[in-house]
Amino acid sequence: MAIKMTVNGAARELDVDPEMPLLWALRDHLQLTGTKFGCGMALCGACTVHLDGEPTRSCVTPVSAVQGRKVTTIEGLSGPAGRAVQSAWVDLNVPQCGYCQSGQIMSAAALLAAKPSPSDADIDSAMAGNLCRCATYPRIRSAIHQAAATLSAAGAAPARE
Amino acid sequence: MYYPHTPGPQALASGTDLASGTAITRREFVRLVTLAGSGLTLGIVRPAVAESAPGAAAAGPLVMPFVRIAPDNTVTVIAKHLEAGQGVWTGLSAIVAEELDASWEQMRVESAPAQVPLYGNLAFGGKLQATGGSTAIANSWEQLRQAGATARAMLVVAAARQWRVAAADITVSEGVVVHAASGKRARFGELAVAAAREPVPTGVPLKDPARFTLIGNEKLTRLDARDKSSGRQQFAIDVMLPGMMTALVLRPPRFGGKVSSFDASKALAVPGVVDVVQIPRGVAVVGRDLWSARKGREALTVSWDESAAEKRGTPELLKEYRALAWQKEAVLVAERGDAERALREARQRVEGEFEFPYLAHAPMEPLTAVCRLGPDKCEIWAGCQFQTVDQANAAAAVGLAPAQVSINTLAAGGTFGRRATPDSDYIAEVASIAKATGGRYPVRLIWTREDDITGGRYRPLNYHHVTAAIGRDGKVAYRQRIVGQSIIAGTAFGSMMKNGVDPTAVGGNAAEQYDLAHAHISWNAPKVGVPVLWWRSVENTHTAFSKEVMIDELAQAAGEDPVAFRLRLLGSRPRHVAALKLAAAKAGWDQPFPKAAGRGRGVAVHESFGSVVAQVAEVTVQGDTISVDRVVCAVDCGIAVTPDVVKAQMQSAIGFGLSAALHGRITLTGGRVDQSNFHQYPVLRINEMPRAIEVYIVPSGNAPSGVGEPGTPPIAPAVANAVRAATGIRLHSLPFDLAAARQA
Repeated sequence: MAIKMTVNGAARELDVDPEMPLLWALRDHLQLTGTKFGCGMALCGACTVHLDGEPTRSCVTPVSAVQGRKVTTIEGLSGPAGRAVQSAWVDLNVPQCGYCQSGQIMSAAALLAAKPSPSDADIDSAMAGNLCRCATYPRIRSAIHQAAATLSAAGAAPARE
Repeated sequence: MYYPHTPGPQALASGTDLASGTAITRREFVRLVTLAGSGLTLGIVRPAVAESAPGAAAAGPLVMPFVRIAPDNTVTVIAKHLEAGQGVWTGLSAIVAEELDASWEQMRVESAPAQVPLYGNLAFGGKLQATGGSTAIANSWEQLRQAGATARAMLVVAAARQWRVAAADITVSEGVVVHAASGKRARFGELAVAAAREPVPTGVPLKDPARFTLIGNEKLTRLDARDKSSGRQQFAIDVMLPGMMTALVLRPPRFGGKVSSFDASKALAVPGVVDVVQIPRGVAVVGRDLWSARKGREALTVSWDESAAEKRGTPELLKEYRALAWQKEAVLVAERGDAERALREARQRVEGEFEFPYLAHAPMEPLTAVCRLGPDKCEIWAGCQFQTVDQANAAAAVGLAPAQVSINTLAAGGTFGRRATPDSDYIAEVASIAKATGGRYPVRLIWTREDDITGGRYRPLNYHHVTAAIGRDGKVAYRQRIVGQSIIAGTAFGSMMKNGVDPTAVGGNAAEQYDLAHAHISWNAPKVGVPVLWWRSVENTHTAFSKEVMIDELAQAAGEDPVAFRLRLLGSRPRHVAALKLAAAKAGWDQPFPKAAGRGRGVAVHESFGSVVAQVAEVTVQGDTISVDRVVCAVDCGIAVTPDVVKAQMQSAIGFGLSAALHGRITLTGGRVDQSNFHQYPVLRINEMPRAIEVYIVPSGNAPSGVGEPGTPPIAPAVANAVRAATGIRLHSLPFDLAAARQA
């Protein structure tokens, strides 16, 4: 039986094994390959997507659990926090191999949406589930602070909306 | 269409597939190779536009082996090296753009096809297309400067001819060719067709480094930053070919095991599983997607022949290594003066036993390769690090000639050495699966994280024993016995052995790096069935550690400052001295370190891959937990082509080295690997990364040297020395175990 969900704003139906992790449904069946496979056990965060706005490890989330819900992947990331994060990532040359960065960005955008001015401790705690083997961590911290500053400046200047 | 999303610049790699002649015809391919053979590697080839395949629209009329200028004004650098995060696309492009006087915004990059000698690594004699040993920028430096300068000269001559002016009166800046007197100007794209008609000049003078604007520019945006911040960067795991299937391989539980027999019936009953085939390294389960292949593999039963398998565990191996350290038949690595006598006569000796575990590379992108096999050709997509080696191994696996195998090198999600395998393990596997399934469909092989962690090719297990002393004459005597497997013996790289010594097992030792009056270094290479490989900074991961910890302990025994003591032993090594002094100065070493419980600082300096890196680490020890608060790093890597990338690589290397120092450990029990995923093989997380990492580049006019690896070796000893300063506890084994070290 097909599972219905909204992916990046579009209604999608998936006729797959209900136990299939959302990650593989997105990658192999919806060709949304921006979300990455790193461990399959929710240990590395490369597969992070937003499920009804919450950062979620898609590698351990069966598609059956996504019935009727809203999924946002890196391809569909939008909104002020998402844009500010992506722009800071480019500005500070955060990525190295880049493989984990979709997951990092999804976690960072969710952090900023919930906490617009995070401290270093907030960042460490929100991002500790996202591994980066290239250890781009110092730049991830800086980029989140920069994105927070961008958001705060935009919020302070509503006339620009 | 292979690409499920808008191709990034590199995604057009197949458009220059020389072997299949998509962008460049076979005739021109022959010409290009001929030019390369005669040494004119900068020669122009001119593809007949009518013969170009669709999809090659980006290919312009000015096509050179390392750079292509298209009518749309893009300048595409053909990268012979793998981009795996180290920033090589950006560095290679900066070199070309500098000599070309291009604007940074018009630069693009794509991977070169597998082809030697044209795309050979000159640091390896040019016979091998390979990325490794932190050589990419160093070996491309002159080559790409020439390529850029030559293309620039042709654009200028073409403009001069069109405008009927003297070439000498033409200037080029930021991608625009200008004749000031007449006011004529043209962008590169407008001149590309005409430039291609000009003869290829030789010996074009290179730019005076004083005029560099891109090389050494802190502000360059990485060419891959946008695609890697938007999910658009394509990795091998993202390749989608029509009709493609996905394979997983069940491999023997012990290294050296072989398939005895297997029962595929249950696996084949899993919905979506299409084939179960035996290959030389195990049994492959092929499914319509990863999920079905995984379910199928779980249902597969294989009985293994383990008669030749390695059945020893880490405790047994270490016991044997300790015994081996004292055997007389060790290979002599280095000898200076009379170390035995000097040690015997010294009043005070320091001694150390060091253990280094096997380590997995664990790149974030699990090993993945895609193969499409036809009757007379084979195409591979992977993050290939040894392109021509991978080509030859894939060819052997499918029974074709190497020239019939095209290699599409995609960005790799990390490697740290793992993708540089002499036998191309995962690429040979995917080719074997394609062969075993008759090429009926393209196949993608994925190694799960468990396959990766348990799959071997580790940094070798090592045991070192060091005795050192300061003799009555004030001179240092140093004896080191190293026991560890050879990485290259018995492989295609065996010819790198010198007098029976594997430099990738023992390089970077104290006799190489300090002015020691008396030194004796020996090596014993046990035969172990665990496959080993180079792991970011290779032998320096262990030789730098024992060296820098023992030198520090000697300084302490002598009551000398660790920096001053080192400087005394580095008299003939000005680059070591400069890096060490810079790091010490920036760290405030001349000021006393604030006295606080559990706080300490330590230093280390090490040369590897042609570069010297010094680091000062500040730590806080609480209970059995070590936190690294601050690292000050100084690097001499010759001319820093892309300084921001150099800084990023130092940060990265520090994190990578810290990961091994604090956590990294692969162990075996009865020949089986004990760890399987990141819960048992933890790697450094953001909360463990030092809050402050400062990187300083030693100013240099020397040609560029290595950057990707040299930042790794000093961090673990700098931290160990800091912990000893803080607590008095000597950390001699990795990963650090304070509780165990307290007992020792």
